[in-house]
Amino acid sequence: MEIAAFYAFATVAVASALFILFSRSLMHAAFALFFTLVAVSALYILSGSDFLGIAQIMIYVGGILILIIFGIMLTRPARAGNSVSSNRIEVGASNRFLGGLAAAGLLALLLLVVLSTRFVLSGEVREMHSTLRSLGMELMTRHLLPFEMAAVLLLVVLIGASYLALNRKSST
Amino acid sequence: MNAVPVQHYLVVGALLFSIGLAVAVTKRNVIGILLGLELMLNAVNVNLVAFSRHDPELLQGQLFALFVMVVAAAEICISLAIVLRIYAHFRTVEPDALDELRG
Repeated sequence: MEIAAFYAFATVAVASALFILFSRSLMHAAFALFFTLVAVSALYILSGSDFLGIAQIMIYVGGILILIIFGIMLTRPARAGNSVSSNRIEVGASNRFLGGLAAAGLLALLLLVVLSTRFVLSGEVREMHSTLRSLGMELMTRHLLPFEMAAVLLLVVLIGASYLALNRKSST
Repeated sequence: MNAVPVQHYLVVGALLFSIGLAVAVTKRNVIGILLGLELMLNAVNVNLVAFSRHDPELLQGQLFALFVMVVAAAEICISLAIVLRIYAHFRTVEPDALDELRG
């Protein structure tokens, strides 16, 4: 049962990732990324990390994906009849070939390493319970410094992003 | 209870990472590259969560995945702000067309 659910969600994740790779429309790719993110979140919950699955849905689907879709809609390419870009020459896809080759090579290397290694941690799976309490305890005791640094990082990002995206045309 | 072995999670992570790399290299749009980056970060998180399943007392993999998520959110925020500035300046977001540094 668990194995069947794992394979179903893993298939959904990889298939929609492949759809992102091969789709021409960027908006379709963003919607396929939605399916990938939800399937990966289901994989988290299947492997016993419930808080991380919910955080994945809230952060990625609720925040990052919405931001990406806003970015796609705000940066539409110019119309085809534009005088600046009408006589552009499309160069062949050597980039595509080399990129696919590099990705396939990396995949072969990773699969070789994964399938030929005996992992120390790959013993039996412990008893599952909610990870919420232990995650909170760890964040507030042993990992307090990275936690505070993440808070400072988010503040800096908030200020920096709002400064970068500021419309400077109106002030001058 | 037949648990999924850790190698299966790692294979899924490797597949997602390679597809993300291919997306980031071959897309002809800056936001497409960002989609590939998100796929790669998710693949890394799958690996971390899969190993964290085996030590539920410490949960270091899940904590690390949580910080990766925070950094991913920060990264996508800043990069979309930069993309909007680039679009306001060049009127395009194709990486091959962005070839001058002076404003």
